[in-house]
Amino acid sequence: MKSKFHEYKKINKNDMSKTVFALLLVALIGFVSCSDSDGVTSSTQVFTTFKFTHNWDGTPVNHSDFSTFQYTNANGDLLSIETLRYVVSDIILTTSSNENLVFDVYNLVDVTHANNLSFTPQILIPKGSYNVSFTFGFDNEDNAKNYLDLNSESFNVPDMLGGGYHYMQFDGKFINADDAEQGFNYHVIRAVDNPGMNPTFPQDTFITVNLGVINITDDPEIEVQMNIAEWFKNPNLWDLNDFNQTLMPNSTAQIMMSENGQNVFSLGDVTQ
Amino acid sequence: MLKRSVYISILVLFCLSCSNEDIGHEPTPQPLDIPTLFFDNIIAPIIPTDNPQTVEGVALGKKLFFDTILSANGTQACASCHSPQNAFSDNTPTSDGIDGIFGTRNSMPLFNLAWNYGERFNWDGMALSLERQALEPVENPIELHSNWEDVVIRLQTHPEYPELFRLAFKTSTITKELTTKAIAQFERTLISTNSKFDRYSLGETTLTTQELNGLDVFLREDKGDCFHCHGNPNNPLWTDNIFHNNGLDTTFSDLGLGGVTGDPNDNGKFKSPSLRNLAYTAPYMHDGRFNTLVEVINHYSEGLQNSPTIDPLMKQIDIGGVQLSNQDKADLIAFLLSLSDPSFINNPAFQN
Repeated sequence: MKSKFHEYKKINKNDMSKTVFALLLVALIGFVSCSDSDGVTSSTQVFTTFKFTHNWDGTPVNHSDFSTFQYTNANGDLLSIETLRYVVSDIILTTSSNENLVFDVYNLVDVTHANNLSFTPQILIPKGSYNVSFTFGFDNEDNAKNYLDLNSESFNVPDMLGGGYHYMQFDGKFINADDAEQGFNYHVIRAVDNPGMNPTFPQDTFITVNLGVINITDDPEIEVQMNIAEWFKNPNLWDLNDFNQTLMPNSTAQIMMSENGQNVFSLGDVTQ
Repeated sequence: MLKRSVYISILVLFCLSCSNEDIGHEPTPQPLDIPTLFFDNIIAPIIPTDNPQTVEGVALGKKLFFDTILSANGTQACASCHSPQNAFSDNTPTSDGIDGIFGTRNSMPLFNLAWNYGERFNWDGMALSLERQALEPVENPIELHSNWEDVVIRLQTHPEYPELFRLAFKTSTITKELTTKAIAQFERTLISTNSKFDRYSLGETTLTTQELNGLDVFLREDKGDCFHCHGNPNNPLWTDNIFHNNGLDTTFSDLGLGGVTGDPNDNGKFKSPSLRNLAYTAPYMHDGRFNTLVEVINHYSEGLQNSPTIDPLMKQIDIGGVQLSNQDKADLIAFLLSLSDPSFINNPAFQN
């Protein structure tokens, strides 16, 4: 178990009144829906399931495809994938009237071991049309918390590198300029300068992913697609010969990763 | 009323017919005493629902662990290769069984086993639970070289064991499954969390400058970068409990995990051992090839051997590794030794 389930958190960090309203709305609907004498939950509320799929420019990728040199990045480097796991957190559903429902949750998607590829926050929401977004990694507030399950997975970032957690561990090998196999560790963290006792943070590198508007009519399964190739593509053409290992203390690399990550995720199928 | 009498009679007859079953005695629960450091930082230990910890089960497991009755000729016990003074490992590269034949693997130290969340045990991950792990060495021809039928007979005819099994499992009918359940219960009590570094983490002591420098080497990605596989202060297990090829060989005489899974991509991968109690567990690596921590660190610094399955976390393989300075190496060793826990190896509860 790596998923944490909480009730709604700091809904809409910019508008507390909307937060309260949303909470009340959800609570009211919850009471109404639970008033049935037979104990059956009313169909006015639904659970949302997020299904995480992965592809390389459209070709599906799963753990059985790992450890084989079969992907060529935008720079022309042939590579293999050996480890891929990442955190998503703070799923936000925004109504047409700009009310935010925030799921204060996180999920460690572990493609290597095919764990947590499907994630259903145990929170009921009213049916309706929502703009759906989430955070890749953790925002800075959440990144400072202590997560026992992520500690158990050794997903931590050392304190001298700012502490908190990896946003993503993506390890593999590529054929380098000398035509030799070489490892790479595309590890995304909160960008940090001056590693040591007093690290500084040049800019945020977690990513807000906006999936767009989804009309939720029944318990939906929302596919979240990661195009792995995008990490190497846009706007920074990634040359693994230049950036392969020891990237955690390299704030330039971290910022480039965050920039490239802006278009990595997209909405796939929605079934309900 | 008549029906009730019939039911009672049937129940009495049932009890009489199962004279080895003890429905009156209930083993006393003995949940693991989870250390604060673990409680605050990592998720709960794995305790099988069909083998809860009990006072009687742990006591029986301890007796079995130290008893040579499990071996064919009565000369060796589990503890022969898993000695408390060696953090339940031994001090030879590989271990000899009852026939004096040495195996191919270093005896793994035993502690904090209930926190092995993946429940793959042994260097190669062959055993899929602690209970199952204890089955194999009894019959292994280069270990205890016994067979379970004989062991069960010896236990069943022993003057004490049937009663101890009755107290632990409510039956005096001994089986290999109950035997390994008891051993696993004892092994789960082998908890080590009182090293100098643990006390530092709890704010109870300070580290020397050299130990702190060593921690820095351990955690820095541009130096040791040990933490990706061996934990960190927030994961006080000091292992990820998974399998890596750490660059020991270019070709493999021992396939490790690959020999279990059959997947060539797993060849040469072995479990990351915990870095706790290194002061007591030399020699090191799955085959005990390194006698000292200096040799181990030299390996990662300058001695890496390339192979198709070497872990991508291994760095600068073309020049042999991370190229630590002599000072970095000395500091790193000082830190590593702060993870050793003398109270663990001297714990009276763990002695024969």
